[in-house]
Amino acid sequence: MSDAATVEHGLPGAYEAPLFGAYSKKVGMWLFLASDSLTFGALLFAFSYNRIYTAWPTPFGKESIINATVMTACLLSSSLTMVLGVFAAQRGDRAWTRNWLLATMAFGTAFLVLHGMEWTHLIHEGLTLPGFPKSVEHGAGEYAKISTGVPQFASTFFTLTAMHMLHVTIGVIYLGVVALRKWFLPILGVLWLVGYLVIPSDNVFHYGINVLLVGLIVVSIIVFLKPKDYDAHDVEVAGLYWHFVDLVWMFIFPLVYLMSTRV
Amino acid sequence: MHDVAKHDDSKGQYFWVWGALLALTGVEVWLGYRQIFEPVRMLEVLLVLSVIKSALIIAYFMHLKFEKALMRWMLVIAVTACFVIMYFFFFPDADRILRLGVH
Repeated sequence: MSDAATVEHGLPGAYEAPLFGAYSKKVGMWLFLASDSLTFGALLFAFSYNRIYTAWPTPFGKESIINATVMTACLLSSSLTMVLGVFAAQRGDRAWTRNWLLATMAFGTAFLVLHGMEWTHLIHEGLTLPGFPKSVEHGAGEYAKISTGVPQFASTFFTLTAMHMLHVTIGVIYLGVVALRKWFLPILGVLWLVGYLVIPSDNVFHYGINVLLVGLIVVSIIVFLKPKDYDAHDVEVAGLYWHFVDLVWMFIFPLVYLMSTRV
Repeated sequence: MHDVAKHDDSKGQYFWVWGALLALTGVEVWLGYRQIFEPVRMLEVLLVLSVIKSALIIAYFMHLKFEKALMRWMLVIAVTACFVIMYFFFFPDADRILRLGVH
């Protein structure tokens, strides 16, 4: 709610009553999310069209569906911890704000790790796109046939889930900066370095992990150009972004996974 | 200055919403396994469940329910209108390409 109605106009420091009853950062984030929803909307429309009008394969077995269900539970739980973090920020409890944000990041990281394992499994089984590194254990089974027979399956699957994974990664970095500020930079740097060295070069994430390096550079510039102590407004705006990535997954999970379930 | 949006102080409702979201996810997984509907009908049913889940997330977790009516309606109407326009442009064109025999 706004207290702008009580402001006496004409005095130094007075503000105009906001049109939407919210501070500008929040309105800005809402407008960004509205535009971003159209990006995902276009991808989901394309997927739905292909799903309906193409002889669509249904390769996802019990293991994939259980994995995706656990991932969904992680994201839903992360939204709850994010809400609790916003509440802690509003009552000025800095320690619990940080704790809840770290819990949210932990759920988000679990989601990314599970998704990465799922991708690696599918690629090793033969589901691939041109340009993906050839795995030593590259399979020639059902997924390989799907990649050649119905190339739209791999295209839509990897495009949608990669776009979402990118958003989740950005969200985890965003929350890390809000929770830990400049102290998050060395953590991010170590995560990138360890990931780059540990992930084998025939794994697609050997290159994907460089998103963390790009994030590190961008965040370093932001933090050093405008160092600040993030307040409850910033936590709430970061929360809006985080809930959005949760919301998008609520469409990707049923459409991409459950519509392709092998019974 | 404007305060951060103040919501209903009851945290319990957020746990209920979280539980409802998990339960709806369970229903979706059950439907996916039972496959009691043909693909097009299944797509419709899953989309309806997804819209319900997203409405819960937007209203409670994103606190849109607690914002001013002007902001609430502006966002909902704008995004919905964009999706409706996208639908009417995308699917007829996709059908046209299909009828032309382009594979």
